[in-house]
Amino acid sequence: MAAAAVLRRHLTRNSATTSHLSPLLARTRGVSDSTDPITVETSVPFKSHIVDPPSRQTTTSSHELLTFFRDMSLMRRSEIAADSLYKAKLIRGFCHLYDGQEAVAVGMEAAITRADAIITAYRDHCAYLARGGDLVAAFAELMGRRDGCSRGKGGSMHFYKRDANFFGGHGIVGAQVPLGCGIAFAQRYRKEGTVTFDLYGDGAANQGQLFEALNMAALWKLPVILVCENNHYGMGTAEWKASKSPAYFKRGDYVPGLKVDGMDVLAVKQACKFAKEHALANGPIILEMDTYRYHGHSMSDPGSTYRTRDEIAGIRQERDPIERVRKLILAHDFATAQELKDMEKELRKQVDAAIAKAKESPMPDPSELFTNVYVNDCGLESFGVDRKVVRTVLP
Amino acid sequence: MATAASSSTTLRGVGAVASAKPRSAAAPVARSARVAAKGSAGSARGRLVARNAVAAKADEATAAAGSKSGGHEVLMFEALREALIEEMKLDPTVCVMGEDVGHYGGSYKVTKGLSDMFGDLRVLDTPIAENSFTGMGVGAAMKGLRPVVEGMNMGFLLLAYNQISNNCGMLHYTSGGQFKIPVVIRGPGGVGRQLGAEHSQRLESYFQSIPGLQMVACSTPYNAKGLFKAAIRSENPVVLFEHVLLYNLKEKIPDEEYICCLEEAEMVRPGEHVTILTYSRMRYHVMQAAKTLVNKGYDPEVIDIRSLKPFDLHTIGNSIKKTHRVLIVEECMRTGGIGASLRSAIIDNFWDYLDAPVMCLSSQDVPTPYAATLEDATVVQPAQIVAAVEQICQ
Repeated sequence: MAAAAVLRRHLTRNSATTSHLSPLLARTRGVSDSTDPITVETSVPFKSHIVDPPSRQTTTSSHELLTFFRDMSLMRRSEIAADSLYKAKLIRGFCHLYDGQEAVAVGMEAAITRADAIITAYRDHCAYLARGGDLVAAFAELMGRRDGCSRGKGGSMHFYKRDANFFGGHGIVGAQVPLGCGIAFAQRYRKEGTVTFDLYGDGAANQGQLFEALNMAALWKLPVILVCENNHYGMGTAEWKASKSPAYFKRGDYVPGLKVDGMDVLAVKQACKFAKEHALANGPIILEMDTYRYHGHSMSDPGSTYRTRDEIAGIRQERDPIERVRKLILAHDFATAQELKDMEKELRKQVDAAIAKAKESPMPDPSELFTNVYVNDCGLESFGVDRKVVRTVLP
Repeated sequence: MATAASSSTTLRGVGAVASAKPRSAAAPVARSARVAAKGSAGSARGRLVARNAVAAKADEATAAAGSKSGGHEVLMFEALREALIEEMKLDPTVCVMGEDVGHYGGSYKVTKGLSDMFGDLRVLDTPIAENSFTGMGVGAAMKGLRPVVEGMNMGFLLLAYNQISNNCGMLHYTSGGQFKIPVVIRGPGGVGRQLGAEHSQRLESYFQSIPGLQMVACSTPYNAKGLFKAAIRSENPVVLFEHVLLYNLKEKIPDEEYICCLEEAEMVRPGEHVTILTYSRMRYHVMQAAKTLVNKGYDPEVIDIRSLKPFDLHTIGNSIKKTHRVLIVEECMRTGGIGASLRSAIIDNFWDYLDAPVMCLSSQDVPTPYAATLEDATVVQPAQIVAAVEQICQ
């Protein structure tokens, strides 16, 4: 019942949801969950900079492909649902959606363990889910509720999951890159044999602190992999308008790099595996994931003033990561088209259920305003705007 | 109006907080040395500026008074060094990173010899990249280390402001308490000897608004060692402000291990007439002025506030209740300095106890000039302190 186990990974702990899906498991017994290896070639060869690229031949299985399909479909569904919630004003502020880029999060996760660390910027919902984050907690956080993964105090740009070594969730472009090198420093310091995947975008690739951090990582052979999620637009600015050299995988100069088709989950997995081995042996390496976001930079950006609808539709047609995996599954007859459609329907219900549950979560208690400012909340007396009403007296 | 200090549950120094760490177990000592009134006429006469206002020795009743085995004399930078060595020996996750901290031994010798003792990884020489090595320190702290990040001069840490503010200060909150950032960010700041505008900065005024950060300023070898140890042990990010001119201050400190409470102020000289609140180098200008004041018949109470964020309103409040008059002497610039915040906190909490307006002497709102005479005029001098006390006590 590997398929069941896989499905359950996406579920909330709520047993009601689990039992509701049991009928589905009976229906999907037709789906092949075999782990027999098959070989699939990546869409394009890897391009490399001062390193020999890995092979284009990737090994996968039906079980893995179906996992990819479910995980990416769940992410896609979640992000689209977040779009609706934002338009319904249940999510406020900034909301940066990841739909289109799912293959990067899912492929990376498949290549590493939870002992390895991941840190990313503000387009972090799917990274959180990929690291085992709870769907209800994610939506609750987006809506600023008490049961959110950051207790409602972080918001869309501040998802973290410490027990899964997911370090967030950062709003300032590029600031997470040195943090990631620091995490890798700690991994090296403690001789953990693990690596850090330090994600940033094509916009952040021009940040000075990135090059500072890269220099130090190379100097001290830190086990860090810098992953440039190149979706070709830094908010509204196309890469060729912002970067003299948009070959981000080469910008490490003395640091090797690999350019990967970020819409091909198998290529991502292959590259991340390769990068992990490299980083543990030789220090930093850059992975440039050639990917694409269907939404604008955030919900405030329609995403169509600086790129054509044809371009967006074209990518959806030619390179969509989920469609690619669907075609593979169908070509190998691991499942039928209807079965895959049913899976998507079920995932949609799951997402809707999670949103409903998240909506039930109340707003944080007013006293939460003052908790977690300091670790032991010492010496802090804080007043609310009306000093008679909200006043925290701390021990 | 509720005066917070009256309620012992709110504002007492946090040494009394039940925290798992016994960091305050070794009792922080309130130094209560009285400056001898007699025989100090020479120092009080006619000096407009105090170019050597930093006393070669700290107050008479030395910090080592409570020491069982007599204590040992150290210079300030040695005290800091001792603290760091002790903590690094105790806890393998404590490490140092900064420019020239390793092989060079530290630009102010605080880390001298440490890289031989602990190796290149634990005493990490960084390139000149404050923004990213501070960020690295924060990331390493998120992953379980306890880094000490040294800014060669505090002013350079302006380059790391984003990392200090958004990541260091806020990650504990934005992650809903998941991550703690037990870093210590330390380095020398303040107006020195003609170091020029960019090397004479007082960053405590810039950092004070950052939520989640604790700030302390050391002023004697005794409290430098104690505060540094406490800062390393604290689970919160702490910024430890040292002063360029105080590194060669000599004092006898206890042989046994001790820690100073991060949130407590230090009673330097008890008195009755006026409460003078100060910190870091200005403490010495104040004590210089105190000699003059005592000669003139005043009895100032001098408190080294030490904890710049949060303020020890308990100690401060109790003093104000006694004296009813407050003078703040700081090295920050007038605008937006620690004094400005402290004055505001005093007015908010202790208004009913005040018999005179709260006075604040600060540095001028100018870039620190190079010329010696102009530089002296930038900071508060003992004569101004004397004049201010006379005015307050009218």
